[in-house]
Amino acid sequence: MTEMTKPGMIDFRKDLFANERDDNLNEIGKPTRRQDITGHVTGRSPFFDDHLFEGLLHLRCVRSPHHAARIRRIDTADAERMPGVVRILRGADVPLNLNTLLSLLDFGIDDEPILSTDRTRYRGEPVAAVIAETEAQARAAVRAVRVDWEPLPHVLDVEEAIKPGAPAVLDIYPQNKFIYHGKYDHQKLRYGDVEAAFREADHVIEGRYQMSPIEQAPIETCGAIAAPEQNGRYVCYTSTQALFFSLGTAAKVLKMPSSRLHFIGGTVGGGFGGKVDSIHEPLAILGTMLTGRPVKYAWDREEEMQVGAPRGAERWYIKDGVMRDGRIVARRFTGYFDSGAYTRLSSYAIIKGVGHLPGPYTIPNVHADVYCVYTNRTPATAMRGFGITGVDFAIEAHMDKVAETVGLNPVELRILNAYRDGDMKAHRRVAKNCALIECCQVVAEKAGIRISDTARAASSLKDGGGARAQLPARTATDQDGRVTGFAASGYARKGGGASSSASGTTPLAARPSPQPQPSRPATSTTPSRPPEPPPPPPASPSPSPAPARSGAMRFSSLSGFRRR
Amino acid sequence: MALHRGRGFAAINYPIGMNLGGDPSQALVHSNPDGKFTVALSAIDLGQGMKSVTRQIAAETLGVPIEDVYVDTADSDTGPHDMGSFASRGTHRMGNAVIRASEEARAVMLEAAAEELEVDAADLVTDGKGNIHVKGAPSRSITTMAAAQAAQFKQGRTIAGRGIFLIPLSEVDPDTGEMSPVTTFAHAAMLVEVEVDDETGEVAVTDMQSAYEVGRALNPRLVEQQLRGGAWMGMSHAAWETTEPQYPSRDHGAVDFNGYLMPGPGDLAPHHISVLERPAEDGPYGGKGPGEMCANPVLPAVVNAVYDAVGIRIDDLPVTPEKVLRALRAQGGAKPRRAL
Repeated sequence: MTEMTKPGMIDFRKDLFANERDDNLNEIGKPTRRQDITGHVTGRSPFFDDHLFEGLLHLRCVRSPHHAARIRRIDTADAERMPGVVRILRGADVPLNLNTLLSLLDFGIDDEPILSTDRTRYRGEPVAAVIAETEAQARAAVRAVRVDWEPLPHVLDVEEAIKPGAPAVLDIYPQNKFIYHGKYDHQKLRYGDVEAAFREADHVIEGRYQMSPIEQAPIETCGAIAAPEQNGRYVCYTSTQALFFSLGTAAKVLKMPSSRLHFIGGTVGGGFGGKVDSIHEPLAILGTMLTGRPVKYAWDREEEMQVGAPRGAERWYIKDGVMRDGRIVARRFTGYFDSGAYTRLSSYAIIKGVGHLPGPYTIPNVHADVYCVYTNRTPATAMRGFGITGVDFAIEAHMDKVAETVGLNPVELRILNAYRDGDMKAHRRVAKNCALIECCQVVAEKAGIRISDTARAASSLKDGGGARAQLPARTATDQDGRVTGFAASGYARKGGGASSSASGTTPLAARPSPQPQPSRPATSTTPSRPPEPPPPPPASPSPSPAPARSGAMRFSSLSGFRRR
Repeated sequence: MALHRGRGFAAINYPIGMNLGGDPSQALVHSNPDGKFTVALSAIDLGQGMKSVTRQIAAETLGVPIEDVYVDTADSDTGPHDMGSFASRGTHRMGNAVIRASEEARAVMLEAAAEELEVDAADLVTDGKGNIHVKGAPSRSITTMAAAQAAQFKQGRTIAGRGIFLIPLSEVDPDTGEMSPVTTFAHAAMLVEVEVDDETGEVAVTDMQSAYEVGRALNPRLVEQQLRGGAWMGMSHAAWETTEPQYPSRDHGAVDFNGYLMPGPGDLAPHHISVLERPAEDGPYGGKGPGEMCANPVLPAVVNAVYDAVGIRIDDLPVTPEKVLRALRAQGGAKPRRAL
């Protein structure tokens, strides 16, 4: 390891973008030693699991062994008589036994029980929670709970799941697809006209890419310890990556004012995205409420790997239209995120991913349909690069095929197509602060990859904008995947929900831009386009008169999201 | 039967902060009577150095020595609201909140010093070593400690500041996907060298050469630890890890680190890093977030390198020996390209 971190293995290219920085600051830019490092390397930093209260009880869950099943009966009589068992929690004990994580952002329909009562939708789903004096006693009692299961048909592949007749994972999404903006069964990106561009391209290159599910694999597994505090309050030590997100979720699920919750965390043994789901805090606190004693709920390694949400699998199809000289003129994506049995954060990641397309390149025609698909597997959640890593794998593996097809060096191809300051992006905002070209040049130089003089002289700061800042003359739109019966949520809401008779080419200019865009080209880009209307003030989250969900804390509530 | 070497390239950019905004962070900063500052947050330190980077930002903005600042984070009774440590948002969002809170506290500290020195606060500067003095006249000075004591015991001032950073939530057009996703992007390019064994199908990553553009490296050592760890994670994702090796089947899922494959110390490739710094106009001192994006270019660079080495495309991660051997068999053996 010393070999790998020795001087010379890292250099700071202060020569690049030097005139955009003041390098003479007191503290910024200094390799100051971490405030907490001594505690970490001597094993003295306290983590959530170091708060082992006297009389601490241990909670473990009874889990479904089936991909999908109906619960006919849960018999806890034998388990309750087991040594050390203090209490067994069922779904009926949870004050609000249905949640979706992003309800705190007003995004999505509550879809996931804390403890399932009638049906399970993935192997490992919890249906009861045993609280006992020791962890071993809790494990033994879990094995003594008898559940009468009726296995149901299940579906595990994203493209199988969206075929007609596939078993519905969640009744509220009968086609196994999340509904975007109350309007479509996928998130669309439409920029220009890819089909027309494919017809004129010299080469059309297609590919299919599969991103595997992986585990965040923190050293410290996910968990929480709750205990009674004074004045009807509860303290909760937690490994969460998002303190107030977990606090808000617990307040909602427990129907409790947030003032009665005292959350403490902040030093976490690795997260990588796997510690935002707020699974442990509500049950640990509920256990404390119902037993009057401190309760710990943490995953063991097997649960961390097979019950804890992984980075979900993604499948991407890419089709590029490319000219002989290597310019990419059209790029079309179809993407399927495997959300597993519940939504968690996949719906959000897809919007993030779509805003990222077509990658760091200026391509005049881009089209994407991206689906959040429900399957009978462990729900997926965030992981390092969430919403981006999978499609970047697809894009960059595809770029290698494009380079080979047109006979260009792969570095050269990137620089040729790279986005530059002032270019219009497919999500219709102007690029700034770009540096892709410089990164490519630095690697080519140090790895001894020969690139052309043109590529060596290219810069993110020049030759962007102008014609490259123009919106496409025409954008092909469609109503594919239109649904009815759903309302738009507050998050990302725009023109969703209400039925519309739009067809063919959307009159984009009639729709005001959501934010002032001073760098936006003023020229008319749609043939029939009237002058740009003055942009309205930025969308402000105006307080909604809609009744707040009881106990729920909402960070950016605009309106209720409900199924009509 | 032979070992084949190949090189593969990839380049990426990465959005910093929660998509569409709407993700506030708050910070509170206050001084005790000795001029020692506490920064109260609810940010989470996952090991990435959240406490340290916010401490450096506070010290820089306050104009006091780093030793005079301590970050206390993630107690919901004392720390103000924050969305959390994810989406590469910690440094960008929380860093900006800390700057604002520190500016407010610094203004009071300078007012207290001005009153003691009988000068205009606007004429005062800090030296970052614990002194406040008149611009151009270092002898007319007071220590931050004396200013804080005067504020507390003589003048009745609170040296404290509040800060929030919020990019308001924006919207998405359902028909075109028009949106304002984020304001800041980090960048990277990566060249990976692999060795493919055409007898066993094993792929070893033998070298990585990268360029990462991170806005400003607020702490170069913390940036380096993120880039090294993240790139190894990407390498592991490409060629080792999966919870479901027979996806979409759930059979044979790993339940511990014996079955869940990850590279060991002997498998880690040397990584030659170049850091580029193009400051983000709305980043704290120009900083972006290097934490997530560092893994992303490695995955495609590995499969591209495998193609360069033996002529097979593995479009389905991870690159297991089984997939390599099946593809080699279908192709009729290795076809080295060595094009890069």
